[in-house]
This record gives sequence, structure tokens and C-alpha cells, in this order.
Amino acid sequence: MAKPFTPKVVTANALLEGDVIYQTATGWTRDLAQAEVLTDEADADLRMIDASQQTDLVVGVYLADVDASAAPKPVHFREAFRAKGPSNYAHGKQEAL
Amino acid sequence: MYSYTEFDADFLAERNAQFRAQVERRIDGSLTEDEFKPLRLMNGLYLQLHAYMLRVAIPYGTLNGAQMHKLADIADTWDKGYGHFTTRQNIQYNWPQLRDVPDMLDALAEVNMHAIQTSGNTIRNVTADHFAGAAADEVADPRPVAELIRQWSTDHPEFQFLPRKFKVAVSGSAHDRAVIKAHDIGLQIVEQNGVLGFQVIVGGGLGRTPMIGKVLYDFVASEDLLPTLEAIVSVYNLLGRRDNKYKARIKITVHENGIEDIRARVDARYALIRPQFTGVDQQMLARIEADFAKPTFKTAPLDSYTQAYDSDPVFRSWADTNLSDHHAPGYAIVSISLKAHGATPGDASSDQMRVMADLAAQYGHDELRISHEQNVILPHVHRADLPALHAALKDAKLATANIGLISDIIACPGMDYCALATARSIPIAQEIATRFDALKLEHEVGPLKIKISGCINACGHHHVGHIGILGLDRAGVENYQITLGGDGTQDATLGERAGPGFSADEIIPAIERLVRGYLDLRSEPTETFLQTYRRLGLAPFKAALYPEARANAA
Repeated sequence: MAKPFTPKVVTANALLEGDVIYQTATGWTRDLAQAEVLTDEADADLRMIDASQQTDLVVGVYLADVDASAAPKPVHFREAFRAKGPSNYAHGKQEAL
Repeated sequence: MYSYTEFDADFLAERNAQFRAQVERRIDGSLTEDEFKPLRLMNGLYLQLHAYMLRVAIPYGTLNGAQMHKLADIADTWDKGYGHFTTRQNIQYNWPQLRDVPDMLDALAEVNMHAIQTSGNTIRNVTADHFAGAAADEVADPRPVAELIRQWSTDHPEFQFLPRKFKVAVSGSAHDRAVIKAHDIGLQIVEQNGVLGFQVIVGGGLGRTPMIGKVLYDFVASEDLLPTLEAIVSVYNLLGRRDNKYKARIKITVHENGIEDIRARVDARYALIRPQFTGVDQQMLARIEADFAKPTFKTAPLDSYTQAYDSDPVFRSWADTNLSDHHAPGYAIVSISLKAHGATPGDASSDQMRVMADLAAQYGHDELRISHEQNVILPHVHRADLPALHAALKDAKLATANIGLISDIIACPGMDYCALATARSIPIAQEIATRFDALKLEHEVGPLKIKISGCINACGHHHVGHIGILGLDRAGVENYQITLGGDGTQDATLGERAGPGFSADEIIPAIERLVRGYLDLRSEPTETFLQTYRRLGLAPFKAALYPEARANAA
């Protein structure tokens, strides 16, 4: 039996601002909770290809695992830091919270 | 200090204009990221975890007040009001936006600064002893030759695409404060029969495969130095491994081929290129040396200093830890700690930068230095001015008396900023400093260097920390490995791994056990952590770190 596919989001950094963004069904968001959750591997591959072609908007596209039991949440601590900001100052995404 | 010639200024203006056009072409879609990335890296611009990061070179760690003021202005205008000083005497801005970077570079150019070759597989910012020109134990000021190397290596057409990055450090003292044995090339100014020359060390480096540099030449005459460096880098350029990024540094080239083989190749190359160096470089060096003429030192009574030292315990504590011996009578070298307990090691706010710049102008012959230990140095302060200086530093929260102590921690940015990191460094440094401050043990523990890296690349120099901490990702959890007994001085030693790593929750108590273990083990209060470690070896420290293992074995 195939290994179950861990839900994913497409993430990258914005070209101009450099900050962390996530793909939605129609574009990009800076809020992980708003990201499009991909539960099918073939679908995820297609969305990656789509994102990778948007080189005038984004840099460093990849798929990140998420916990999708409710609104998507990071699985790995690196993604948790990307979604929040650094721990030494309230800079980055947490500034808006 | 060195002031730019018309040639330097024109070169920088042209280079900045080129980069401005490259940024525009990236934004309008003419350049892909693959095309743009090497161009931005050549100009010090990284894309990190949360934002772009601009790394600005502070050549051999030397700054004047106007330059420090400009760094503060840049932090306010285009960043978040602070900068991070690094272990390579650079400053990093963590939050620039792509469109603003050309303006930041133009602002830097106004004060003879740039970000060229702070990244990429090139010869990086040349670092030097942060006490250069001031240290009591100095043979000669290493900065003129460091500036000569900067000029030689900047945009050197043969060395823009080396197998890997290449770092050079220069020291003018027998006491190595520039970690020269952990550099691709380390140079130490030495005197032989009354003539100054250089001991040339190659193949040092930390990172994935740490190596202590090996002596290539015991003595190279001043006029032969540049051709020698050119021969070394030239040999490495051809021989260094381009097939494997992890084996591409010169330390591996030296290790795999042996120092004798490298020496033979460098000798042969040197013989070929030596005639091309006709002495122009020595004329340039003479001009540069004039720029680094020592300031006119004053003589003044020391009453105010002695009185403050005798009557103010806070001043005395600071003077005891943060001052070093100056070669000029009545003077001291002041280390300003950027390691306030609980603060981020190496960070300074724009306000703090301005205070330090103004104090340098008022009391320190307008000179500042950045140390590889992420502190700021005022190299020339008369002791009579120290009480006033200390009071001003205190007002700016810059008077922490902890230089060389347990809270004077080197920490790389780690996973709070760095895209390469495998774990965080900064919070560990903050917690260790806060913990030992709360315990009021810091001064009793005495000299102790903790160095923390958030990945195997070892920007935090953990291999040469008396206590080194390496942050790793173990199955999706931050894990911290401890090495012991490292030393970054003239007695350079790589630390030994103590045993299994600790989680983020366990690492602070582990460090506390280790330090309390040392206090029990030392023969007398003056025996430092490193001396005790050298006398007793790993075993008793390991027992302090892993009490369960000892209990289980019993």
C-alpha cells in the first residue's frame, strides 16, 4: 500500500519583500491559515509547477508539510518559525498578530 | 584609517549602478532568479528565512564615527532600527526589501563602505585583530596589510569563481585574537632579525570538517606577501575540489594533498608569477601605512580614573573585565559588550550605534572596531576619560561588565533568521546569560568562552569554544550537542564532543551542571575552565553533564 500523503502547502518568499508567503487557490497569502491545503500528491505536484513558474512574484518555492486537521498549522519547527517570525524580537509575521 | 581614492570611489559607484540595474531587471522579469542570485550574492544580498539580508563588510573590523552613524541611519531608514555584528566583523541587516537595497548600497558608498564579496565563492572580508594598532603586545599593526589584501582581492579577475569561499585573517600579535588558525589563510606578523614579515598558515577552517591551519611558511618578507598569497589562491583555484561542495574548501585540499605537496605547488607557482609584482604593491602599502598612522596620544593625570576605580564598585567591575592593555601610557582599550544579559549577542540598536560613534569621537580618536566576538571596541581611550565614558555607556545600556565571561557568548543568527540553520542559537545564548546572571556566578566562574552555532557550518565558532554548542535537527526537534575544550587563540584546539545532545529544555540545566562541575573540579579559583579541562580531560566534565549515566554505571 502506498505511504499516506502528508497534507502540504506550497510556500515561498515574496520577490520584493522577501517575506514568507503561501499559495491559495487564486494567488498568494501571507497567512498560513489561509493557505490552500493539498491532500493529493498529483495535485500538489501540479500546484508546485504552477507556483514555480511565477518567478516574477516568488522565490524558492517548495512544499511544506502541514497539520490540516483544522486550519493548516506547521508540522516542523522551521515552518513554525517561518509562520511566526524570530524568537528574539516581535518582528516578522507576529508583528501583525 | 584608509580613505578612498578617486579610483576606489569611481569603482564603487559603477559597481552600485550595475547592481541597481540588475535589481531593476530582476523586478521587471528580464532576469530569472537563477540569473540574479549570483549577482545579488556578489553584492552581499541573501534571501533568508523571513526576509532578505544584507551583509556589509567592515574591513578588518575598523570603523570611524561617521561610518557608524551611517550604519545607524541605514538601520532606521531601511531596516528595523538595529544591526547584527557578526563573527567575521561584518554587519547584517535582517529586514531590507529588494527595491531598497541599491539605495542602501549608495548610502554605504557615501562613507567608503560596501557589501562586495561578503558572499559567494570569492575572497571574503579580510579580518584582523580587533585590538590592532592599540594592543600592548603588538609587533605591528596588521590593518595596512589587511587593506592591501582587500584591494588586491576585491574584484580580482582570477578569483571571482573559486571552488568555495575563501577567508583571510591577519594578526600583528603573538596572542591571537583573530582566530587565524581557523581561516583559509591566517597571517601573523613576526619579526626575524629585526625585519618584519609574515608567518603564513593555510588550511584552517571550522564548519563540517574542522581543521587547524598548518604553517606553510615560517617567514615571508613583506614585499613577497602578495605574490605568495596569489600563488596560494591560484594553486587552490585549480586544485580545490569543485565536484563536492563539502570538500571544496582549501582545508580539504591541504588535508588531501598534504602540506608538502601544497608547498611545492605554491613554490612553483610563486616562481612563475613573482616577476609580475614589480613593487607597485609596496608603494601602495606605504601610502596605506600613512593612513594608519597612530593618533597623537595625550598625557593626562589619572586621578579621576583612580578615584572612580576606588570608590565606584560598578565602574571597577567594568574596568576589571572590559579594559585591555594599550601600548600607550595612560591609555586603555575599551571593549563595549553587545551581550547585555538576555539581549541578542552582536545586536546594536541605531541609538546605541550613535552613542558609540559619538563616544568614539569624543574620547577615542574617532575609532571603533568590531570584534569577531561580536562586541564593539574603542581602541584608544585615555584612562582619565573612562569614568565619563562608562557613565555614558551605562545610560545607553552598553556598560555590561562581562567581556570574556560566560555571558559574553558568540551566537550565530541560527534558525531565527538563517535559511541554512538547523536549530536556533539566539534563545540559547539569551537563556544561558540570563540564568548565570540570576545565579550571580558569572564573576566567580571567570574566563569562559561559550560559542553557539545553529548548524554544522559553524558560523558561531562552536569548535573553538571552551564550551561549544551546536544546534541540530534531530527527527524534527531542536537538539544541542556540546563540545568541550576548544580554543581559538594561538593555542588553537578543536573541542571534543561530550556525548549525546540535549533538547532545548535540557541544554541550559546541562550547561549549569557543567559549570558547577568545573567549580568543584578546579584546583584553585584562578584555574580557568580551559586550564581545568586541559589538566583533567573530558571524563570528569562528562560525568557532570550526564549524571544519569554515572548513576547507571555505578
